[in-house]
Amino acid sequence: MADTNDTMVQSAPVKTNNARRRKRKPGDEFKTPITVKEMKKQSFLLGCTALFVIYGIIFNYIPIIGWLMAFQKYTPKDGLFGSQFVGLAKFKFLFDDEVFLRDIRNTLAMGIINLVTTFIMAIVFAILLNEIKNTLAKKCIQTISYLPHFLSWIVVCGILHDALSINGIVNDVIEFFGGERFNFFMYEGWFWPIVAFAQNWKETGWNAIIYLAAITSIDPCLYEAAAIDGAGRWAKIKYITLPGIKPTIMILLLMNVGNVLNAGFEVQYILGNDVIKKVAETIDIYCLTWGVSKWDYSLGTAAGVFKSLVSIVLIVIANMLAKRAGEERLF
Amino acid sequence: MIKVNTTVTKPRKSGADVAFVVCNTLFMIAFVVITLYPVLNTVAVSFNDGTDAVRGHIGLWPRIFSIKSYNTVLQKPTMKTAAIVSVLRTIIGTVLALATNALLAFVVSRKKFLFKSELSLFWVITMYVNGGMIPYILLFKTLHLSGTFWVYVIPGMLNAFNMLVMRTYMNGIPDSLEESAQLDGAGYFTIFWKIISPLCLPVYATVALFVAVGQWNSWFDTMLYNRMEDKYTTLQYELMKLLNSVTSNKGQNSSTNNTTQQSTVTPVTVRAAATVITMLPIICLYPFLQRYFVTGLTIGGVKE
Repeated sequence: MADTNDTMVQSAPVKTNNARRRKRKPGDEFKTPITVKEMKKQSFLLGCTALFVIYGIIFNYIPIIGWLMAFQKYTPKDGLFGSQFVGLAKFKFLFDDEVFLRDIRNTLAMGIINLVTTFIMAIVFAILLNEIKNTLAKKCIQTISYLPHFLSWIVVCGILHDALSINGIVNDVIEFFGGERFNFFMYEGWFWPIVAFAQNWKETGWNAIIYLAAITSIDPCLYEAAAIDGAGRWAKIKYITLPGIKPTIMILLLMNVGNVLNAGFEVQYILGNDVIKKVAETIDIYCLTWGVSKWDYSLGTAAGVFKSLVSIVLIVIANMLAKRAGEERLF
Repeated sequence: MIKVNTTVTKPRKSGADVAFVVCNTLFMIAFVVITLYPVLNTVAVSFNDGTDAVRGHIGLWPRIFSIKSYNTVLQKPTMKTAAIVSVLRTIIGTVLALATNALLAFVVSRKKFLFKSELSLFWVITMYVNGGMIPYILLFKTLHLSGTFWVYVIPGMLNAFNMLVMRTYMNGIPDSLEESAQLDGAGYFTIFWKIISPLCLPVYATVALFVAVGQWNSWFDTMLYNRMEDKYTTLQYELMKLLNSVTSNKGQNSSTNNTTQQSTVTPVTVRAAATVITMLPIICLYPFLQRYFVTGLTIGGVKE
């Protein structure tokens, strides 16, 4: 899911930009005038549009109206329009709640750690894989690297849990080097690294696809010229490959910033336990706990609204930065 | 020219370059081992005898071979239902998503369409703003979607990202095809069905792949909306329950399921078997679909 989100954000800002630009300069593009004759001709398109808009309103826009609940003392009996409004009381409760503040910290910390590590790993992996000259080996490694992406988080977490268990492979290795066996899921300090590892294990190969595509589009002449000048592997990576994929790196980085709060819910939910709750709970789990288990719909919604608003602000800032960096040609 | 190049580069293979190649090879070997070992280990455990597996230290090959765990998993009635529901939601969900997204992409990619930019914007907004968990739970309850099969396939059917990938592809198809068809009296549906769709098969395959993998792997919707409905449980959710029973009582998973028989099946091996069954279809299929998802990611991301 994370990846679809990533790419989603990349391609989107451009479309809005285009739409906005189109409105400002109507002469830019041919716009069919709205006439009865034209509408008759396009009746099939219009009919489809009507259905799509109805669907969109029901499944995408009505839930946004549900945000009203965050400002209410919502009860299912009174409904969305009959419940009593309480203003910002729910938000006040949230920010007085130590658990919520702790969850914000956890979400941000894990989001940032995941973002940075997956980024570096994907780039390093793409560059190193590109240096493998044996085509068959390269193909095999790449195919293997995609594998974890297609497994569900349930499967990944199950596998990871086994590997880290008392009798698991990781403890075997620790014992081999003279260490003590221990249970990773009992120590708070280990949880964030485990989540980051899970994220990297699952997505490195997949995230590298886009960099590999960018690397293949670099002009091979550059490498040949560098070879004549006596450049070694390192020099070629440093002076040709990295600058060549820099625009891609910049754009993906900026666009992923908006996703920082979405970084991880499933891993924390599946692998977390009561002992390490303090570092494992995220905002989403907070929503789930209050909204589903404790039946306080309003509070759960308020936490969700807070998260959405912060995400939107981050996306807008990232888009502005991306625009300033002048990397629009990528899309 | 090329000949000169090779003769120049060959003698200059310096010590640093050799070191680089060695390090790189080691890195790749480590990468492959770390990726594959846990998966293969799970397969080995699933074929191992139950009580023996609890002792751990099974490598890549079962110590005491047994297929009892598979028997246990496959005989569970919930697993059978779960498998059927998982397959159905993957097929129906993919077909529905493909049909609707393709049609929507077709509509917004018509150059002459009256509300082209408005409709695009309407969907692009949904990529940034969404209601969040609680409003959806209440909405599906109101619509009586909760507790039915349709909650898996209807709500996420249209997706702005998939639509944009298809739209980008359709924009690349020359307008003259549409115009000449219109001269021959073809309506928009005919153009969509007979002209655009056959040309879009690669991008359809990409989107179908994304949707299918998402459907097969999702478990959270089962937990939220169909927790009480055993007849709509899914494989991933069943696996989640098995995993939960292990993670919640850390390390004390040594009790055998059926102590009456001398054959042994433990939660460890049962879960491993269920994991293997769940990931098997995807592992078998994905290597053959590589070219589609590579195309899809490249359309969605870097486009030069």
